[in-house]
Amino acid sequence: MTRQQTNRLAKIAISLVAALVVLPTVFVILYVVYNGIGVISWEFLFTAPRSGMREGGIWPALLGTVFLTFGTAIAAFPLAIATAIYLAEYAGDNRLTRWVRLAIVNLAGIPSIVYGLFGLGAFVLFLNLGTSIVAGSLTLGLMTLPVVISTAEEALLAVPQEFRTVSLSLGATRWQTIRHQVLPHALPGIITGIILGLGRAAGETAPILFTVAAFYLPELPRSIFDQTMALPYHLYVISTQVPGMPLSLQYGTALVLLLVVLSLTLVATVLRTRMRRRRQW
Amino acid sequence: MSSDVLDKRELNTPETGGPKSKIEVNDFNFFYGTFQALYDLTLPIYERHITALIGPSGCGKSTFLRALNRMNDTVIGARAEGEVLLNGQDIYAPNVDVTDLRQRVGMVFQRPNPFPQSIYDNVAFGPRVLGRPKARDLAEIVESSLADAALWDEVKDRLDASALTLNPGQQQRLCIARTLAVRPEVILMDEPCSALDPVATLHVEDLMRRLSAQYTIVIVTHNMQQAARASDYTGFFWLGKLVEYRRTPELFATPKEALTEAYISGRQG
Repeated sequence: MTRQQTNRLAKIAISLVAALVVLPTVFVILYVVYNGIGVISWEFLFTAPRSGMREGGIWPALLGTVFLTFGTAIAAFPLAIATAIYLAEYAGDNRLTRWVRLAIVNLAGIPSIVYGLFGLGAFVLFLNLGTSIVAGSLTLGLMTLPVVISTAEEALLAVPQEFRTVSLSLGATRWQTIRHQVLPHALPGIITGIILGLGRAAGETAPILFTVAAFYLPELPRSIFDQTMALPYHLYVISTQVPGMPLSLQYGTALVLLLVVLSLTLVATVLRTRMRRRRQW
Repeated sequence: MSSDVLDKRELNTPETGGPKSKIEVNDFNFFYGTFQALYDLTLPIYERHITALIGPSGCGKSTFLRALNRMNDTVIGARAEGEVLLNGQDIYAPNVDVTDLRQRVGMVFQRPNPFPQSIYDNVAFGPRVLGRPKARDLAEIVESSLADAALWDEVKDRLDASALTLNPGQQQRLCIARTLAVRPEVILMDEPCSALDPVATLHVEDLMRRLSAQYTIVIVTHNMQQAARASDYTGFFWLGKLVEYRRTPELFATPKEALTEAYISGRQG
């Protein structure tokens, strides 16, 4: 074989192997859609489970996941934004900066079940919030912080340095510069990061296990201090804890969870693409 | 070097009936970490005149310019020694409010760099953050600033259009208008024409000449014809030192220092 032939062969082989990555994703999605699409109906989506969850729908779990996703956004947003602004705009080479960066790296590495236990200890018991939407949202919010902070920091750093220089040269303060000439340009990127973080949070089971999720609670929560069902935990329960559970309901639940998570990711992707196209510098 | 550089007679100081100085720089040294960028600078900047700073890349002229409104403060490890007196007040004194200083000493940059916002908002940004005006006053400031920057007639019908729709020459005049809008006393220009074509360059030079009736202007330029055409005083920098500083016609016609002569005749640099 000549060098050129080897070259071509290498390219083909590498491309084929890379294409393999797509297969599991497509396969998983198709498999879940194929097995679950049959039970999807108005009734399945918008009624409560009946007969020990072997019949009926997933409405309380679906709504619970929506509440938790919003709660997570509210819990994570201020902390993440403030931290990202600190890191991108103010951080000098000092001890605080090193601690913050170290903390973020470590947060990212903590297994999700440990977040669950931490949430139980810190929010449910110590802060006495009980097993509640608040406690679950705080736990999930904490877990999404690293993702949101790093995407937000990237978005801030992508704003040209020149905008800051010009703004300062006109007599604006540091904060006015950030507020008027940096944040507006970074906002779409920051929001993308938050949505990606939420996509992960919406699908997590372990952090909500001890902090908010109810095993079987057909009534809807009446306040943020109530428990709620949630899709990932509901899926876990009906797949492992309920004997004689119809498979189709399990796949239907999995399909809805998948759609929730994928649609969040899709929104983030669309937003990012639009932002890149609109960017004028 | 210093006594030759600052020949009072040739500089036409107030004692000899010349202009009065707006900025007095005394024994000024500047460092980036351990690197010394400027050495023992002592010079006056004259009020309502144009002072050009020339010299090869890396000679410190831009650093000096940015020292005059403390834009170097944002560089980590930057440190200044000595005095820079603006109207007799040391701008490096501990009680100085840098935002106030930068309002008084405005800056125009090398590349036209309007914000990606409307023409109006670009000019209005400074007055807005300085917490001044009501809407009607603001509109007046925007109009007068654009007029002073010789841009009003070209943009008055599309103030809401994005500043990025202007051509580079217009963008640079917009940046000048944006600087004028905060009513500075001194305008620093860092190679303001290096990204412009010759026609736009002449436009900006005309504008500088007119603005010098009201403002003290300091311009850094790589273009010696520009310094010769458009300035009243010229300082030649070399490796962080001020080699020669005189009235522009004299510096170009009869340079005293061999280095200056070599540089302006293109044999050095």
